[in-house]
Amino acid sequence: MKKIMFGAALAAISLSSPALADTISVAPGEGAQERLQEALIVAQPGDTVELGAGRFVLTDGLSLDVDGVTVRGAGQDASVLDFTGQLAAGEGLLVTSDNVTLRDFAVENSKGDGIKSKGADNIVYARLRVEWTGGPKETNGSYGVYPVESVGVLIDGVIVKGASDAGIYVGQSKQIIVRNSVAMYNVAGIEIENSRDARVTGNYVSRNTGGILVFDLPNLPNLVNAGNFGGNVRVDHNLIIANDTPNFAPKGNIVASVRKGTGVMVMANENVEVADNVIADNGTAGVLVVAYPLSFGDAKYNPYPRNVLIDDSNSFVRNGRDPQYEGGAQMAAAFGGALPPVIWDGLGKNALVVANGIAALSLGLAAQGTDVSQAHPAPAAGVGKDLRLAPLAPVTLPDAIEIRAQQ
Amino acid sequence: MIRGVSLAAIGIATTLVLGATVPVAKVDDAAITAAGFPAQLSDYRFFGDAKARDPAEGVIPYRLNTPLFSDYAEKLRYLYIPDGRQAKANGEGLIALPVGSAIIKSFGYEHDGNLRLIETRVLLHRADGWLALPYVWNDAQDAAMLKLGGSRVPVTFIDPSGATRSISYAVPNKNQCKECHAVNGVVTPIGPKARNMDAAFLAQLVAAGKLDAEPKVAQRLPVWEDRANAPVEAVARAYLDANCAHCHRAEGSASNSGLSLGWEVADSVALGIGKRPTAAGRGSGDLDFDVAPGDPAHSILVHRMKRLEPGVAMPELGRATVHDEGVAAVAAWIARMR
Repeated sequence: MKKIMFGAALAAISLSSPALADTISVAPGEGAQERLQEALIVAQPGDTVELGAGRFVLTDGLSLDVDGVTVRGAGQDASVLDFTGQLAAGEGLLVTSDNVTLRDFAVENSKGDGIKSKGADNIVYARLRVEWTGGPKETNGSYGVYPVESVGVLIDGVIVKGASDAGIYVGQSKQIIVRNSVAMYNVAGIEIENSRDARVTGNYVSRNTGGILVFDLPNLPNLVNAGNFGGNVRVDHNLIIANDTPNFAPKGNIVASVRKGTGVMVMANENVEVADNVIADNGTAGVLVVAYPLSFGDAKYNPYPRNVLIDDSNSFVRNGRDPQYEGGAQMAAAFGGALPPVIWDGLGKNALVVANGIAALSLGLAAQGTDVSQAHPAPAAGVGKDLRLAPLAPVTLPDAIEIRAQQ
Repeated sequence: MIRGVSLAAIGIATTLVLGATVPVAKVDDAAITAAGFPAQLSDYRFFGDAKARDPAEGVIPYRLNTPLFSDYAEKLRYLYIPDGRQAKANGEGLIALPVGSAIIKSFGYEHDGNLRLIETRVLLHRADGWLALPYVWNDAQDAAMLKLGGSRVPVTFIDPSGATRSISYAVPNKNQCKECHAVNGVVTPIGPKARNMDAAFLAQLVAAGKLDAEPKVAQRLPVWEDRANAPVEAVARAYLDANCAHCHRAEGSASNSGLSLGWEVADSVALGIGKRPTAAGRGSGDLDFDVAPGDPAHSILVHRMKRLEPGVAMPELGRATVHDEGVAAVAAWIARMR
């Protein structure tokens, strides 16, 4: 089933690809597991593994470890990798090589994560769908798409539904764009964790427990960022609407503490810009800016948010009407039924810059680790836009990556 | 259940088979070192017989003090170092095998009193690095064929407690071989490490000219079968080293977890003690810490060793049943912690 493609266009898109690239076509049906896995093993750099239309019934995780391979299906609803009967492996598809393109297929009901890429630089996830088809359940897999320890990540036009942790999760990486994607019915819609130089733009993030999370956690190696922690994250032009699914994450995970109705949450991170978003109908808060709340044993870790900018270009509509924490209802009542759109726990120096005209509330917590039940809420002093530090440099990815996403 | 390998046999197995002098098979060195993937195990001529029990000249059986658990499979392990070449001791760590070497490991279960092989995995040291390949045995048990894409084999066996277990045994695909055998993304043998081997065996290798020097080892891993006589912590740490640390190390597949379970790790948080999970997802089992001192029942480490469903079960690969004795060893260590 090997078709040779004489493709000048194909050759031009990747610097590493040979003049002649093969397309290995794999159809669904009998023996799909072994046939598809073997194709992913024998593919050479520059080759395309082409998934036919239909449902691939799989029993084990798949993996790709060859640089420069494209895995291409017939569409995010047409070619489905079905892991409903999966017996082993921590994810549906694992990628451990560089310059890989994954596009136009779906992963359904993997037992662990949907698609994980680790140490896979310059990876493109384009027009994929990762879904747990039974709706939000604690037994669903953790992450939908999960690039980690990578430099150069592009996620474009991906749909993720039902992840019991984060739908789109980028961890311990740098140079990241997550755009034009849809995250619904996950615990966290999109999460950028311990990562630097990220842009989250043009996404539709709705019906999750929390919409977009920008977090730093302690005790992680973060080799890609030379042991530094997360920062330089711009969240812009997203629709962050009605994130109202009750939290269904297994306890013990940090996202299990995310309150239903959180639009954007920034925790222990630096240089985060939230601009040009529409943030509506998130019951707990439009934007929540907090310190890491738990004890930690990591001398290098900074648990506080630093230099988080909430720009006046955001549209805040009907947020904070049903805050999901102790005393939240009374607090909302005291504010006439709805809290201000921006809530800060009150911890950290130079934690937050809120543009003039955007109301913000400080919970006035006494110290890192203080429970929210000990809040002393007070309007956060309006801080002028002129106090913000230098604007973030834009995140751009090499043209070769953009071309791979747009084929 | 580990098939005993006579240490005394090492020096002579290369020339004597079953006490009689017979022509001994010679390994095909080119099959190890040339490019490509040999289609059958017999292509290497590691064994003189079709059933792969009689090692060819220079193919040395060995065992480990504390082995990796593989669904209670019996394992036959062999080292091959080509004629005229020598391995190098490297402290108490991995013995450095020269190009042209191979590590061969067969997995099987007792069936009607005979060992019935399921698969044989080979690690080949080529000039451009190590290559891991899986071979699956046929029903007649006279040939093992390359299965790059892995396979599943239904297996029923009696566990050490006498109970019957039926599992879907997973033969790893070539990539999965690498998931466990990767150091910084490069295929590297997990063992043999000097600290996990018998000193007398290593001395015999030196005497036979196959190893340059006897490795200096501060503390050897306990012998698993004798674990009742070894310190609880050493038994558990050896088990974690052999079963977890190939991924749970800074250079391994699970580096991003921040959990490092190697024998040499001293940092208690890296070992999981009081460490919160990072990306465990539903693997956390509603628990807060990887290791909760004194409380194995509330330690994610133990929880995940006791579960089978993908996404929760650890290790992620190569375990379709619970290793009750391994769980007990790790739980005993945690229970004694303060």
